[in-house]
Amino acid sequence: MTAQVDVGTRAPSLVLLPAVLAVALLVLPLMALLTQASWSTLWADVTSPQALQALGLSLRTGLLATVLCTLLGVPLALLIARSSPHVAQVLRALVAVPLVLPPMVGGVALLLLFGRTSGIGQLLEQLWGFTLPFSTAAVVMAQMFVALPFLVLTVEGTLRTSGAAYEQTAATLGAGRWMVLTRISLPLAAPGLLAGMILCFARALGEFGATALFAGNAPGRTQTMPLAIYTAFNGAGAGRESAVALSLLLLAAAVLVLVCLRAWRPGALK
Amino acid sequence: MQLRPTLALAGLLVLALSSCAANGGMENAAQPQTQINISAATSLHEPFEQLAQEFREQHPEILLSDISYDGSSTLATQILAGAPTDVFASADEPNMDAVQEAGLATTASIFATNTLVIAVPHGNPGNINELADLAKATTVLCAPEVPCGSAAKKLLDLAGVQVEAASLEQNVGTVLVKVATGEADAGLVYRTEIANEPTVESIIPPDAHKVVNSYPISVVDNASDDEQEVAKREAAEVFVDYVLSEHGQQVMSEYGFGSPSTSAQLKTEQK
Repeated sequence: MTAQVDVGTRAPSLVLLPAVLAVALLVLPLMALLTQASWSTLWADVTSPQALQALGLSLRTGLLATVLCTLLGVPLALLIARSSPHVAQVLRALVAVPLVLPPMVGGVALLLLFGRTSGIGQLLEQLWGFTLPFSTAAVVMAQMFVALPFLVLTVEGTLRTSGAAYEQTAATLGAGRWMVLTRISLPLAAPGLLAGMILCFARALGEFGATALFAGNAPGRTQTMPLAIYTAFNGAGAGRESAVALSLLLLAAAVLVLVCLRAWRPGALK
Repeated sequence: MQLRPTLALAGLLVLALSSCAANGGMENAAQPQTQINISAATSLHEPFEQLAQEFREQHPEILLSDISYDGSSTLATQILAGAPTDVFASADEPNMDAVQEAGLATTASIFATNTLVIAVPHGNPGNINELADLAKATTVLCAPEVPCGSAAKKLLDLAGVQVEAASLEQNVGTVLVKVATGEADAGLVYRTEIANEPTVESIIPPDAHKVVNSYPISVVDNASDDEQEVAKREAAEVFVDYVLSEHGQQVMSEYGFGSPSTSAQLKTEQK
């Protein structure tokens, strides 16, 4: 960006072709989803009891996961943002691991840690007669595992860059750490926090791999939208049409999330 | 750090193009082999790996690619979407029918059958003895959309048992894993699956023989007259015949598959 300033701000024309190809790669498949949908049965597919059940479960678990991620993630983000560079680097790397890990691996790992035959799993069963796998709680945990990094890294970035000067001023004027946090740091980071929560929710809504392995696929209990899509797609005949219809519903949700994110972005950049 | 994007991009392009060229060159230089691709249901993995290995030794003129294993419906969808498949071996007839209806499979022959058993973890912690016990235990089944799930549903309906599954899995393999790891007390799987799985025990339900899954195999072909396509079709037929041969059938039975009864051996000519 900086090296090009004196030559002009326009990109060299050589990048045009690969850039167009890149856009085509991203957009054309989604267009195919739109053109291949059977519009006559779309409404019936989207409003079928199974679809509504899956959508309801996805929204409930996604929202719960987002709330829990916020409660755990914001303190972690704050800790990273206010740590020494060395500690922050280590923590950030730890948080980023689930981000680059295939979610399937997360599902296997969760199953090994919390499965019925694991130490924790046996303890849970003995103490409360509760088993995590195949439960809605497992869906929320799988979603948190993959979505938490999005929230932490977004919020941490905002906290680190915004308002250090205000915080120092407030501190010299006698404000305690807690007051600085609640009156200055968090309000200033609010746009970043909201962006992080929206990203976190979007990621939780789309979670498939970890959920499939750790929580399974039981309609009404663990079958979220992505699992309903995969199950429908595996069915012969009419199943594929409803898979496309449900995919469109998730696509619409994703676009909605982006619109929300866009609306808050200018604030986040200031 | 001074990046030269134009140069780097050009370099990448040259690299990509040259590797393509090298690849093409190698194929041309090799002996004129006919390459065929096989798509087979996951449950066929073990017998088909053995058959493929033997087939490669006996037919050096045919280049058999690594077999692609997946759920039959996923494979059927891929074939309908134009995947370069020359032989399709399905775990059920509806998915083969879908490929046939699209005019892509000419002749389908049943080459094996399979039935269901109850799989329980080692030591049977859920104390499962019959199908009725599945209703009160943590049971995993295949989703009714996939072949093993529709068979499971038929079997449970026959026994008049209603099971609320803890999970409806996408294929028989994950059902078995969830039983083997002890996450579930029981699951319904193909009897061929448990042959090489020491961590599970199996119980044969009395009605098992009434719900039989038939495995059809067919050459997949777009009926093109192109010379290369004709060669592929002929090579694919050689493989299908190999599976249907006496030896092929013996290998299938070694892995626990039932033989297609003579009455079931239907050969349907399309058009």
